[in-house]
Amino acid sequence: MFKFKHESLETNAGLLLVLTMLAISVGGLVEIAPLFMIDSTMEKVDGVRPYSPLEQRGRDIYTREGCYTCHSQMIRPFRDEQLRYGHYSLASESKYDHPFQWGSKRTGPDLARVGGKYSNEWHVQHLIKPTSVVPESVMPNYPWLQSTPLDYSDIGDRMRALRTTGVPYSANAEEYKANVEKFGEAVAKTLHIPDAQKNLIAQAQEGNYDSDRTSVSEMDALVAYLQVLGTMVDFRQYKPEDLVKYR
Amino acid sequence: MVNETSRTSAQTTGHVWDSDLQEFNNPLPAWWVYGFYITIAFAIIYWIIYPSWPFGKSFLPGVSKVTYVNAEGKEEAWHWNTRAKLLKETQDAAAQQKPYYDKIASLPYDKVTKDPELSSFVLSAGKAIFSDNCAPCHQSGGQGKIGAYPNLTDDDWLYGGSFDKISETLHKGRRGYMPAYAEALDPAQIDALANYVLSLSGLKADAAKAAEGNKLFHSHAAACYYCHGDNAKGRQVVGSANLTDKVWLWADVPGAQDDAGKLAAVKRVIGNGLNRGVMPAWDGRLKPEQIKLLTVYVHELGGGK
Repeated sequence: MFKFKHESLETNAGLLLVLTMLAISVGGLVEIAPLFMIDSTMEKVDGVRPYSPLEQRGRDIYTREGCYTCHSQMIRPFRDEQLRYGHYSLASESKYDHPFQWGSKRTGPDLARVGGKYSNEWHVQHLIKPTSVVPESVMPNYPWLQSTPLDYSDIGDRMRALRTTGVPYSANAEEYKANVEKFGEAVAKTLHIPDAQKNLIAQAQEGNYDSDRTSVSEMDALVAYLQVLGTMVDFRQYKPEDLVKYR
Repeated sequence: MVNETSRTSAQTTGHVWDSDLQEFNNPLPAWWVYGFYITIAFAIIYWIIYPSWPFGKSFLPGVSKVTYVNAEGKEEAWHWNTRAKLLKETQDAAAQQKPYYDKIASLPYDKVTKDPELSSFVLSAGKAIFSDNCAPCHQSGGQGKIGAYPNLTDDDWLYGGSFDKISETLHKGRRGYMPAYAEALDPAQIDALANYVLSLSGLKADAAKAAEGNKLFHSHAAACYYCHGDNAKGRQVVGSANLTDKVWLWADVPGAQDDAGKLAAVKRVIGNGLNRGVMPAWDGRLKPEQIKLLTVYVHELGGGK
């Protein structure tokens, strides 16, 4: 008869491996799996939409330049953070982010609600030379963003890739119709993959983010992205206690 | 050779390596074992008090509650979570600040500045709001930045420095604009205008060119006087600059090395125009009572009228 003793674990590498994996899996599953099952994980709020082609390219530049290594995009529900950064971040606000940019370190401030806080001109000047507007800043200069034309030739492919992860960019008339119902016509148009390049150029021209209408620069894209961060949900529509009850 | 194990009575695992290396098989220290049991007991108590185990589509909420005031003004309790706790802390802090904000809201601006207690509240609360929201452009002391952001500590105001005008600027934002003249005028004309603008501030300028610039300034060809006014003192309705004082915002005249640099700085602004003078609107981002407090704070930075 096999009698289980601690010693049998210590002397049987195979058994030790299996049971260790089991213990870790239980720990992991208990923490992660319920988030997929519990009804209240995702707050039901209006306004969250996938990024427009220009914003999405700006987001790509944000990750390319490694902004996330110093900036988080996750306002935690603490009073000091709310006073400085604004309303705490909701899970549903990053549902179309692949990968999300929550980050884990703040050398610079949180950017989850930086949209609309500063003017486009401020962002351009700040990105070219941060110390010109914030003398004590330790952020590096990013002058090439203004002088580098944005490569948007593959924007359709990028959106198609995101579509496979579940972001509702529309590839055909049927999906477009579904988006019109879900997001309204104005937004649905920007999510249509066949029109991506046209929409990207139109937004850059109209927004004129870098004060230079002659070309679409990487600066246009990045500023367009920064200016939309955290602005999609209108929190005046919701009572604070309704959001409390999702947790 | 001495048998090492015979020196001690400790129990060993029975393994022997290199004929004399052995492994003790001592029990865990009692403090460690009981410490371990205490952590288990702690976990069980924690499960009871705070939200813990998931089941199905929900989870155990725990017995601890947080009481806050809901939108209808009634007290409401919800199981402990960070959002509920934040709501309660926010409401508690707002209740502490309320007497001050209420007083500021009910009093006219000039009464607020005369009340020493309110003034010190404006100074400390205003500094926090200003540092986060305004300092990125206007700098931490409100001194602004030549070439980009107006100085708030002097008495030169583009849109007016009264309490009401500052409040309007904060609520609705501003958008400064000046057309670019590089294509409408030829270089000689821009040169003449720049000389005239420098002469208005009492700076060194070519008198003949300045006279020509004066004519151009008041002509329909350049039409500078539409916005800057007949006397070039600017019009606060449109936010045009007073060109006759020694305060510079867009043209970095004070920073220029020599007279040629000063002239070039003014010519750049005339040639390229401006569409960068954007002050964001703070309605919706700051609460009305915060904007009123900030109005007083900015007014008291030194230049309020």
